[in-house]
Amino acid sequence: MQPDRHEIALSVNGTAYRREVEPRMLLSDFLRHELMLAGTHVGCEHGVCGACTILLDGIPVRSCLMLAVQSDGHELSTVEGLASEAGLHPVQQAMHEHHGLQCGYCTPGILMTMTAYLKENPSPSEEEVREALSGNICRCTGYQNIVDAMLAAAKAMRETAP
Amino acid sequence: MTTRFFGAPVKRNEDKKLLAGQALFIDDVELPGMLHAAFLRSQVAHARINRIDASAALQRNGVVAVYTAKDLGAYWQPGPLLVPPPPVPGIVFNLRSHVPLAKDIVRCAGEPLAIVVAESRYIAEDALDDIAVDLESLPAVVDIEKALEKDAACVHADLGSNVAAHVHQSKGNYHSAAAKAHLTLRRRFRYEHGISSPIETRGVVAQWDGRAEHMTVWDTTQAPVFVRNVLAGVLGLGEGQVRVIAPFVGGGFGPKIMMLYPEEATLPWIAMRLNRPIKWIEDRYEHFVATTHERGQIHDAEIALTRDGRILGVKDVFLHDNGAYNPYGLTVPINSQCTLLGPYVIPAYDSTFTSVFTNLPIVTPYRGAGRQHGVFVIERLLDLAAHALDIDPAEIRRRNLIPKDAFPYQNQIIYQDFAPLEYDSGNYEPVLDKALEAIGYADFIANEQPKLRAQGRSVGISIACYVEGTGIGPYEGAKVQVRANGKVSVATGIGTQGQGHFTSFAQIVADQLGVDVTDVDIVTGDTDRFYWGAGTFASRGAVVAGNAVSEASQAVRKKALKLASDVFECAEEDLVLADGKVSIVGVPEKFIRLGELAQRANPMRGAVKPGTEPGLESTQYFGPPSGSTANGVHAAIIEVDPATYELKILKYVVVHDCGTVINPMILEGQIHGGVAQGIGNAFYEKLCFDEQGQLLNASLADYLLPTALEVPRMELDHTVTPSPLNPLGIKGAGEAGAIPVGPLFAQAIENALQLKQRKIELLEIPLSPSRVFELIQQASQEGNKT
Amino acid sequence: MKPAPFKYVKASSLAQALSLKAEHGDDARFLAGGQSLIPAMNFRLARPSVLIDINGLSELAGCSGADGGQVRLGALTRYRALERDGDFLKACPLFADALPHIAHPQIRNRGTVGGNLSHADPASELPAVAVAMGARLHLQSASGEREVDACDFFIGLLTTDVQPDEMLVDISLPVQKPRSGACFMEVARRRGDFALAGVAAIVTLDVERRCSEVRLGLCGVGETPVDASSAAEALIGETFSDRAVEVVAAAVQRMIEPAGNVHATADYQRHVAGVLTSRALRAAYQRIARAA
Repeated sequence: MQPDRHEIALSVNGTAYRREVEPRMLLSDFLRHELMLAGTHVGCEHGVCGACTILLDGIPVRSCLMLAVQSDGHELSTVEGLASEAGLHPVQQAMHEHHGLQCGYCTPGILMTMTAYLKENPSPSEEEVREALSGNICRCTGYQNIVDAMLAAAKAMRETAP
Repeated sequence: MTTRFFGAPVKRNEDKKLLAGQALFIDDVELPGMLHAAFLRSQVAHARINRIDASAALQRNGVVAVYTAKDLGAYWQPGPLLVPPPPVPGIVFNLRSHVPLAKDIVRCAGEPLAIVVAESRYIAEDALDDIAVDLESLPAVVDIEKALEKDAACVHADLGSNVAAHVHQSKGNYHSAAAKAHLTLRRRFRYEHGISSPIETRGVVAQWDGRAEHMTVWDTTQAPVFVRNVLAGVLGLGEGQVRVIAPFVGGGFGPKIMMLYPEEATLPWIAMRLNRPIKWIEDRYEHFVATTHERGQIHDAEIALTRDGRILGVKDVFLHDNGAYNPYGLTVPINSQCTLLGPYVIPAYDSTFTSVFTNLPIVTPYRGAGRQHGVFVIERLLDLAAHALDIDPAEIRRRNLIPKDAFPYQNQIIYQDFAPLEYDSGNYEPVLDKALEAIGYADFIANEQPKLRAQGRSVGISIACYVEGTGIGPYEGAKVQVRANGKVSVATGIGTQGQGHFTSFAQIVADQLGVDVTDVDIVTGDTDRFYWGAGTFASRGAVVAGNAVSEASQAVRKKALKLASDVFECAEEDLVLADGKVSIVGVPEKFIRLGELAQRANPMRGAVKPGTEPGLESTQYFGPPSGSTANGVHAAIIEVDPATYELKILKYVVVHDCGTVINPMILEGQIHGGVAQGIGNAFYEKLCFDEQGQLLNASLADYLLPTALEVPRMELDHTVTPSPLNPLGIKGAGEAGAIPVGPLFAQAIENALQLKQRKIELLEIPLSPSRVFELIQQASQEGNKT
Repeated sequence: MKPAPFKYVKASSLAQALSLKAEHGDDARFLAGGQSLIPAMNFRLARPSVLIDINGLSELAGCSGADGGQVRLGALTRYRALERDGDFLKACPLFADALPHIAHPQIRNRGTVGGNLSHADPASELPAVAVAMGARLHLQSASGEREVDACDFFIGLLTTDVQPDEMLVDISLPVQKPRSGACFMEVARRRGDFALAGVAAIVTLDVERRCSEVRLGLCGVGETPVDASSAAEALIGETFSDRAVEVVAAAVQRMIEPAGNVHATADYQRHVAGVLTSRALRAAYQRIARAA
């Protein structure tokens, strides 16, 4: 069967893209190998590890469980869009300060999950942070420093909130 | 020289890149014209290969080539012995190394049968279905006891048995020791360690430049130098023609140091043939069968003690599941054998193991590398003895600890570094005391636990001790070079998989050369940048490479001071090296920047004295005479639901001694991560094979890695007994967290549910709520029968 | 793990989606949340020739009637929306207990109720909830529509009564009756994993505070969700008592035939089903006591 191709128009981190894709191309592969945004990592391709988490219209989703063709008309956010001219996002900064990453492979997925989570939940308890993190598996850190980083980031963001 | 960075919790140099998603991991390598490989893997564990027909696959649009063992021609050969067995007298070792592609016979599920090369991984996977394979199933060897029975099928027919190795080591005389014992306890223990399952799987990218006759291989390996050497050898190239780059690697944990995996062996060969770069990325499903495991052992162990709980001797006979091939020698079972001795005085020890071939994936070290198995046995034996002798479990351990004036302590038996096992330094009792205090041991048992029991809550406490051999040779090297811009460049041969080498090594250099830690850039894992080395494994990176970095920076420091003393025409003692410049003590206006000194060290005119080298650089090597021993104690308070047997860790303490600490923040991270893996091993991760050698839970949905809800907050503390075996006094720390968690869980669950009083013993790992239920049911049924 | 090739159509209307499904039957699959379908396709366990993307059919999402006697839940409603719908959770409190057990937040952001029920994993929470609540499922095809009771909807392992040309379009749920309390509990290896056993319990009292109705739905212990309500006979017409609860729990254990799996033996599942039945019934009852 000849693969039919579909034209899609989407924005990623504020930049507009138009591409033609084969239906079965996974969104994770599309971001990494077509748009060359390799910061989103692939860990399992069955939706469990969370490394591929990105934001779809601001909401965290597994990019390995979406087809590129489904991103048509949507606004995606990936790790490449977190830092700004002003510097690292507070969540990134906190991860650095609290040694919340070792190999760094699961980190982009955690950053996307937690930036969205903290937006909706600016004052979480430790237990709530752990629940929010439970969909992202890390094999290096044992999570403790990540939890500390998120609590610190939440505090920092509350303090600078308008 | 002031130490500003060494010993400080310096934030990591490598973070920014990783946080921004800009670090290069293997699947980020994109090369023009790159092709993609997919491996057809056997679904059957043991079979004769009658026929592989790839003709339909070759017809598929987008498929460029298909290779089977036959197509490899003379290139096909069993791989080399990677780690020779240690020189133990009387050792039996039957080498059967693995092959690049299965030929004539398949020996484990997942073994590769063919390689498809296509324009995309998607198409390559389509083509896998096109390949017709005719396999004739043979009986699968899965159970290590049955494997040794007379009529068992053989994994390697030519061997005539499934004995991969047989090793007996002893010290003292167990028989006479046991004869004097007040108590002898004998049990059977089963310990299974799982798979490393890093979040990044493996990958290889190979690029052959036909004009330059140069091969570049990107590889998620923990040992780029060795891979370069082996590849050059098999490809018939000079070592200088092969460059192996280990980019940022998303977690190693051991199995990424296994070498000449089939994919590493075949991709470069294919690249040379097709003249196009080729990439293979292991998917998660493949990882379960294509990357090495650590699995199980069965120990029949016996301990002989005096009335007051002192160990007179231990005898242990165990079987070790080796998997289908044994290119990696005996590291795992030797570690089990040696680490069983722990921090205890064990005057007589008699240990025998048989490493058994099975039709399962190869077993090689995974974080702990067999130490878990040995530690489980001795810690459980001590718990059982404590109960039998009515001695507190912490107290029985205390009575047997090697005293602090007994170091270096000679355990005599041969360790994985080929030297007799000698503990270089240690002071074990304070570590135990700190752990007991931190967990609130005495108060919990006397007050807390009775209160909780009265509320109907089953909460238990446990303690486990271990010694970990780390920092073994052979050696590592480092090149330190001051550049014209004053920044310092460092290269070393090991690779990095998250351990923070880009920071910890920079700390060493920064203090020696008086520069800022952020002005030191480290390159690891690129064989073109540093030629020699062994690799990152066995908790040795910081110890061995760290010391090499230290030696090299000291040499550069000496050169800088010498050069500056010539420039200022003063004595070296009158100079100080700080803030990136050399200045005269007390006369800060008289200074010269390091960068300028570097330039002066390579003059365009004038005479250079014979015997000097240009530049402000030095390459030094460090090889410790033997491994150093770290040690630690873990303690936990765990609540068990008395009806469902689910558990919750209420408190977790680690007290650790890894000698001098370069970066306490990085060290703590290593311990957190190790404990998390230990928790996975103790209670969540289990490889479930059926009788045909099929892995039933080959997905992350069913192979259960702990999440942020299963790993508790940990309290860490440490003591320091520097190692006398290296100038920096450091010991390794990478594996420590993972080692004693199994016995810790077993003991805590027994304590919570008061199982010992019900004559129920937990002698296996992993446990789970269902397994605990099952063991309790079995015991009460047996109780009803008697 | 890349999916096999397929033809993709983004449905612009329900009619189009149904007509395509009628044309292709079992060779076509609906793509809703994709959180079960795409992993199956990545593993190549599912290989539809045609994928009909129904995510654009917004009329199939949404919840109404929470303030009345009957809630209509569009099949395309995502778990995420339900988690944040206070009125719905008040009307159907079993969902409040069950939703946090479904996978993880990122999955719940995409996954849909209709997708979950159509997938019919026996260890999945919502099928047990649907059975306990006596949900009615509304199926539509190009040639008509029909309604099926939840207990008739799940007919086998991963198998529902949905015909090759049909789509589950919405689910009717009764709003919680007065003098009722509900509780869902499960035992899983980790939060979000499929249940080793799960119990959805609803207890309703009459004006004399005797149990007039007890509904029990179990997941994880059979090839389909199990309606174990008949096991609660011992409670009907009686005041709620621990002794009666234990009788019910034992009856549930006798009723079910769990198969065991890599994570637990059948005996453990049976044992835990009993434990959870007691605990869920007690908790459901406590909730009535609090409200009254």
